[in-house]
Amino acid sequence: MRQQARFINIGERTNVTGSARFKKLILKGDYEAALDVARQQVENGAQIIDINMDEAMLDSKAAMVRYLTLLASEPDISRVPIMVDSSKWEVIEAALKCIQGKAVVNSISLKEGEQPFLQQARLLRRYGAAVVVMAFDEKGQADTQQRKVEICQRAYNILTEQVGFPPEDIIFDPNIFAVATGIEEHNNYAVDFIEATREIKRLCPYAKISGGVSNVSFSFRGNDAVREAIHSVFLYHAVAAGMDMGIVNAGQLTVYDDIPLLLRERVEDVILNRRDDGTERLLEVAAQFKGDGSVAEKVDDAWRSLPVGKRLEHALVKGITDFIELDTEEARQQAEKPLHVIEGPLMDGMNVVGDLFGEGKMFLPQVVKSARVMKKAVAYLQPYIEQDKAGGQAQGKILLATVKGDVHDIGKNIVGVVLQCNNFEVIDLGVMVSCAEILRVAKERNVDVIGLSGLITPSLDEMVYVAKEMTRLGFTIPLLIGGATTSKAHTAVKIAPHYQHGVVYVPNASRSVSVVQSLISADAKPPYLARVTEEYRIAVEQHLRSRPGEKMLSLSAARDNKFQLDLTKVAPAPVQPGVHYWQDVDLQQLRDYIDWTPFFLTWQLSGKFPAILNHPEVGLEARKVYQDANALMDQMIQQKRIAGKAAFGFFPANSDGDDIIIYTDDSRQTERCRLHGLRQQLALRNNAPNCCLSDFIAPVGSGIADYVGAFAVTSGFGADEFAAEFVKVHDDYNSIMVKALADRLAEALAEYLHMQVRRQYWGYAADETLDNEQLIRELYQGIRPAPGYPACPEHTEKGTLFQLLDVEAQIGMKLTESYAMWPGAAVSGWYFAHPDSKYFAVSKIDAEQVADYAQRKDWDLATAEMWLGPNIR
Amino acid sequence: MNRSKLTPAALRAQLQQRIFILDGAMGTMIQQRTLDEADYRGSEFADWASDLKGNNDLLVLTQPALIADIHRQYLQAGADIIETNTFNATTIAMADYHMSHLAARINREAAALARQVCDEFLATEPHKPRYVAGVLGPTNRTASISPDVNDPGYRNVSFDELVIAYMEATLALVEGGADIIMLETIFDTLNAKAAAFAVLQVFDELGYSLPVMISGTITDASGRTLSGQTTEAFYHSLAHVEPVCFGLNCALGPDLLRPYVETLSGISSAFVSVHPNAGLPNEFGEYDLGATEMAAEIADWAQQGFLNIVGGCCGTTPEHIAAISQAVQGLPARQPKTPDHSFHLAGLEAFSVEW
Repeated sequence: MRQQARFINIGERTNVTGSARFKKLILKGDYEAALDVARQQVENGAQIIDINMDEAMLDSKAAMVRYLTLLASEPDISRVPIMVDSSKWEVIEAALKCIQGKAVVNSISLKEGEQPFLQQARLLRRYGAAVVVMAFDEKGQADTQQRKVEICQRAYNILTEQVGFPPEDIIFDPNIFAVATGIEEHNNYAVDFIEATREIKRLCPYAKISGGVSNVSFSFRGNDAVREAIHSVFLYHAVAAGMDMGIVNAGQLTVYDDIPLLLRERVEDVILNRRDDGTERLLEVAAQFKGDGSVAEKVDDAWRSLPVGKRLEHALVKGITDFIELDTEEARQQAEKPLHVIEGPLMDGMNVVGDLFGEGKMFLPQVVKSARVMKKAVAYLQPYIEQDKAGGQAQGKILLATVKGDVHDIGKNIVGVVLQCNNFEVIDLGVMVSCAEILRVAKERNVDVIGLSGLITPSLDEMVYVAKEMTRLGFTIPLLIGGATTSKAHTAVKIAPHYQHGVVYVPNASRSVSVVQSLISADAKPPYLARVTEEYRIAVEQHLRSRPGEKMLSLSAARDNKFQLDLTKVAPAPVQPGVHYWQDVDLQQLRDYIDWTPFFLTWQLSGKFPAILNHPEVGLEARKVYQDANALMDQMIQQKRIAGKAAFGFFPANSDGDDIIIYTDDSRQTERCRLHGLRQQLALRNNAPNCCLSDFIAPVGSGIADYVGAFAVTSGFGADEFAAEFVKVHDDYNSIMVKALADRLAEALAEYLHMQVRRQYWGYAADETLDNEQLIRELYQGIRPAPGYPACPEHTEKGTLFQLLDVEAQIGMKLTESYAMWPGAAVSGWYFAHPDSKYFAVSKIDAEQVADYAQRKDWDLATAEMWLGPNIR
Repeated sequence: MNRSKLTPAALRAQLQQRIFILDGAMGTMIQQRTLDEADYRGSEFADWASDLKGNNDLLVLTQPALIADIHRQYLQAGADIIETNTFNATTIAMADYHMSHLAARINREAAALARQVCDEFLATEPHKPRYVAGVLGPTNRTASISPDVNDPGYRNVSFDELVIAYMEATLALVEGGADIIMLETIFDTLNAKAAAFAVLQVFDELGYSLPVMISGTITDASGRTLSGQTTEAFYHSLAHVEPVCFGLNCALGPDLLRPYVETLSGISSAFVSVHPNAGLPNEFGEYDLGATEMAAEIADWAQQGFLNIVGGCCGTTPEHIAAISQAVQGLPARQPKTPDHSFHLAGLEAFSVEW
């Protein structure tokens, strides 16, 4: 009548009454280790985990709630359903209020009569749980077959008829009691259970049978081999009779057929109560089979006994550096040539890593750790290889560089590591590399592919320039484009037309491997490039056709539709006018202001912080990176490896059209300089105003004394040097981490400074109280747009900003020829205090505005077109 | 209002016959009107201490004509069911505006307002049903996820607090004239379990039950809710509510939502509803997917037999709803799966054993 599915294992170790170790951990409050017990159960195959906190020394309800809420944050455990195991109703109810999934409650019974049973069952249904009903009634716990059947059937009828409980959600526990206790009345307990099971399954359609299996072998405590055999034999017969699930130690079940015949026979006599002297006869042989059988406590260094090739693979996959030199040495001794170690076991291991990464079973931080292990192994072998004088045969040679004028290299470094993991030779020229240098090295070293990276928008033009130069100089190798501001559309429209031998946009590090592989193979390259060309042709078409609904206003129409400033709400004059410097920022206090979400994106772990830490797939990895990040940050801050500085000030200002005039002093008689704004020209939905930053400042002639602020901050001093130390010891993971953290601290410093400005220095929001989440969501008054970003996309305005604050002389930050800031972990921008000021994107502008801007900046048209390039329609 | 109550059985009977049309977005429709702070405040809350701009549910009290107008547009577009403007109207979510004490009133007024607009339409087209789904939103807190990274065991809202808030909201929705209770945009199933618990308690107290609709949100291509559950796990964790309808809404456009709709349709013994977003937001936070494209995808779902109720979430407009309504017209309604007594439990993933 039914298809018996596999027996369902319920993990039993997370039970204070059944596991002394678990009880100790809970009593000590070591919940982390207690969670590991659950994790181990799941890893060992438990399909449901039973959690029990019924212990006299414990506030069971509080312990249950604490454990379950913590467990909810462990996706590798909470992926399986929970069995709430308690004899106390209040513990059960509290537990169900913490569980989002559909749980099983273990247990309720007719012990106190029908009324409480009915009431509890109704509530369980309302909480959405399945239920274990113990064979227990007003008279006591059922021990014989007949009593077990009778009580279960009565409960079944009440549940299905009066409560409307779905019969498939009812699980009976007809009580497993210990056999072979030496007391004659106990000898038939296993048989009673097995036969009752058969009968209940017949009388109660769709209901299930469960039980605590380890009870049955209780009298053989201390002899785990025999206990396991008893469990196995018992289950063999009980499952055949219809038992569906049981609470077992999932790591400790031997296979029925694997039990030595003698033992199996003696156990079977006891379980099936086949002879009166069964117990004695089992005791006779029990000592022979004594063993600790502690399979569940298996130590994690079992891999140390694998053959050396497998050990290397394990170390690479798990990112373990502890034994790498030892193992590499062993492999070297076995190999004919030291190079063979790289080409053989190490590459095999990295291929496993590559496959796992490709299948989404490993995440980027793990891969970078793998690379660290690989590099250490290779570094160890290097001297032997040189002795051996045999050049390595890498798959291909890739040159990587961040282009001239740009200092951002986190993404590029990640690409470098990932490519090296896949056995490509990577020549990394670093940052701010001129086109001439890139092409010189490319020729000299005969590279197979050039990869360019850049983060700021002027880098896009530099990439176009490199492509043009490659054509002029007769290059034929492919060019890869990557970095935060690059895009497929830009590559297709602006770069690819200038170079005929392949320009490929690489959206992220994990894609770089397949792209480079296709480009290196003589066979794959032509069809691959043909496909890319076709893709780009379509991208270009789409670009040309894009946003047909997008209408552009004339500059004068856009200006007529400017944002109307409410002059009654202009912020008061700054409380502390003039320019201020912070020479040594306390970085520790900035940690609370970090926006971590972008940090995880750096590692290609996407998700919002803190939710990402609980993400079912990447959560575990995210937590590891987060932990590593915080440990490294402790070091960076405590040992003062990096330093933070800030310059900021407030200036009397009024707007004049799209410009903002900054005056020499509050008399507002003499212009000191002008900030040049760009105005949105696209027709916006609902006729929304076409903004320019100058709209947020009271105009000349309004008679209102308005102000604009400026700031430049960095936390990057020392970061390059610290990162370089890690590179030297082949630790790209930490080198990337240093820069990513410096970036986060710079952003946090900008956030913190802005808050101090609002509350104290400018002081227009003295009583503002926002937490970090609210700060990240920008729920405060005023904005701090940065030159080079959407509201003011033209980079040279940063020059004005640096002059106003005398940044270079006072705090040592510099601008490159492309107006990138050095050190790289830096933020600069303007402060607007008006409550209605808001961020917007200038987006596309037309030739008329370009000409107008050129005139205002006193530039020739070509210069304006160069700097405004990304925005010109 | 002396209409007889809509019973779960009566709604089920109608859903057997044809695909029902749910309305589209409320929030993005309100956004289009570019209301300012003063509009939100109206005269009653002119002097309210905190900012009210963005408190869309409050518009039920301060700009009822505007909300009624949006309801009207959706009914004109062909909606059979319109949703009350009460997504955030719980004491918990309203605390942001210091308006917890207004939650019940907003729910009551919102239901009454929607009901009144439906009645206008019933007067001229008595043959076409026009139902009000009283919306219970997810609140802005999660009972399964810690907001504090340093303490994964911390929660800023409890099951009991959620039950109290949801009971109040449910009762007010029913008093205002809601025909259906709808739990939507569920990103944490534990919140939804509390909401369902509250709804069933209220039905007990009232002595009758209204039809319940449950709609979850798959947040991204991982195919999980925010709290980490798969579609199947989500379904089994709430199946005990025995809702008339199970569905998915928000977060994704129809293209990305499709596999999960198919999954749900493959297991649900309730009717299936979907109201996707008009695609994913572009870089300006706007939704680009046009009415025609959206309707085409949804027509295909209907042809595949996935659907019983369909509408739109963020970014959809009356134009979308009209197009969808037209596209599914005459296509057969999905038949719910017959329960087969399989055994299902769920953690973040479903655990199922066939009988």
